[in-house]
Amino acid sequence: MSEVKQHLNRREFFSYLSVAWITFSAACAGLLTLAFRFSYPNVNFEPEMEFLAGTPSDYEEGVDERWKNGFGVWMVKQEGKLVALSNICTHLGCIPTWMPAELKFKCPCHGSGYYMNGINFEGPAPRPLERYKIGMTPEGKIKVDKTKIYRYEKGQWDHPNSFIQV
Amino acid sequence: MKELINWLADPIRSFPIFTVLFILMMKYYRVVGTKKFAWGFTIISIPVVLWFATDPNFWLIITWPDNIPISILIVAILFFTWFSLYRCAVNDQRLDDGLCPEEALPENREKVWCWPNLVYTELFAIIAGTIFLIVWAIIFKAPLEEPANPTWAPNPAKAPWYFLGLQEMLVYFDPWMAGVVLPGLVVVGLIAIPYIDTNPKGNGYFTYKERPIAIWGFMFGWLVLWIYLIIVGTFLRGPNWTFYGPFEYWDFHKVVSEYNVNLSEFLWVKWLNTSMPSNLIMREMLGIVLTGLYMFVLPPLIAASNFGKSIIEKTGQIRYYIYITLLLVMMSLPIKMVLRWLFSLKYIIALPEWELNL
Ligand code: FES
Repeated sequence: MSEVKQHLNRREFFSYLSVAWITFSAACAGLLTLAFRFSYPNVNFEPEMEFLAGTPSDYEEGVDERWKNGFGVWMVKQEGKLVALSNICTHLGCIPTWMPAELKFKCPCHGSGYYMNGINFEGPAPRPLERYKIGMTPEGKIKVDKTKIYRYEKGQWDHPNSFIQV
Repeated sequence: MKELINWLADPIRSFPIFTVLFILMMKYYRVVGTKKFAWGFTIISIPVVLWFATDPNFWLIITWPDNIPISILIVAILFFTWFSLYRCAVNDQRLDDGLCPEEALPENREKVWCWPNLVYTELFAIIAGTIFLIVWAIIFKAPLEEPANPTWAPNPAKAPWYFLGLQEMLVYFDPWMAGVVLPGLVVVGLIAIPYIDTNPKGNGYFTYKERPIAIWGFMFGWLVLWIYLIIVGTFLRGPNWTFYGPFEYWDFHKVVSEYNVNLSEFLWVKWLNTSMPSNLIMREMLGIVLTGLYMFVLPPLIAASNFGKSIIEKTGQIRYYIYITLLLVMMSLPIKMVLRWLFSLKYIIALPEWELNL
């Protein structure tokens, strides 16, 4: 009792230091985790990659825009084939507009134009629009899968999954 | 009259016109660079601009909040271009007379204190700039648009005004070229200027006749290839990035039929009347050869000419080759633009399979 310590000795100093340091690091790590979490959106508005698109009889000849805003897909029925056309311009990724009077897709960014079947013909677009995988479910519904794409210039448009016969 | 101006404003015609005006301005800089010319130009342009502004379509375009800075910018550029030519003309006249440039006169070499001379000016500039921005923000409200939607794009979709030159460039090039390679080279080239250009002439004073190559190279890239393209992108491009004359109504359904063809299709289908070979390299042979000639054979050829020899003599081989490569890359833009207009040429080398197009 007589010896009341006035000063920390070396060993105590280090144990205090390590506690303080660990606390500090933990706080920083927690803050960083929060900041990292913050950079991810709470709600994700990304379109689904897979969706059911009704039955083949829902579609008339020509371009159908009903899935464009939700999923970024044009359903194009032409010459007995129904395809799911991507709505991303192959130039720099803008969203072209379908112009029914002119029968073409026209990109608002640099003026690329595509025919109804997706083939590019004017402006700087280097290649045709891409097709998404399309198929039938056992229940007779159309299923579009955007994770798989088919590119014309690679000769993939003959692939049986790139269109359905209607 | 308005019809005529609309017709002339199409880049196919306005680009050559602008280039010719630029060449005339540089050639007769001693005429342009006088106060008389500046006053005459201002006096003539005021009624012209007023007459332009009476047209509702033109008025709509220039008072579009996004476009007002560009109008201010154009006026500022006109003034500063004239001002530098004016100073050049004055100095060159003095040099012709065997005098020193104006900036070297004893009264202009006098030194002053940073405080208060410079700091006061800076303080004033800061206050003026802040006031300007506040007033601007009050008058022109930033539009609050709908939430971002990845499956929809505004029409026309325009970049911020300082990128409109790039966006206009993208009309003629693949995104890799106009979005990455060319802007990258512009930045690298600008950084490289002090290392390439070691000529001490013109340091600290305005002069034209001692630095013609440097001034022509820079001013062409700046005024014709950058400012001109910004003006086109801002005022003359409407829905679907179609061309609209300054007095033209932005009709969404204006149809311009255009059919662009790759060089390989020209070669195989049109000239040789066969089908395209399936081997990719074979198919694009002509474009590859032409590009190779342009980038690798042209520099040594120019080096053998008088123009090249004089540069090499002054700066050395390495500097010459860097300079000429940058210059050739820069010139590829107007070349490509002209080819597109004349022949609807899409790509010189078109390898979409490899995401490589020139
Ligand atoms: S992104 Fe569509 S034309 Fe450039």
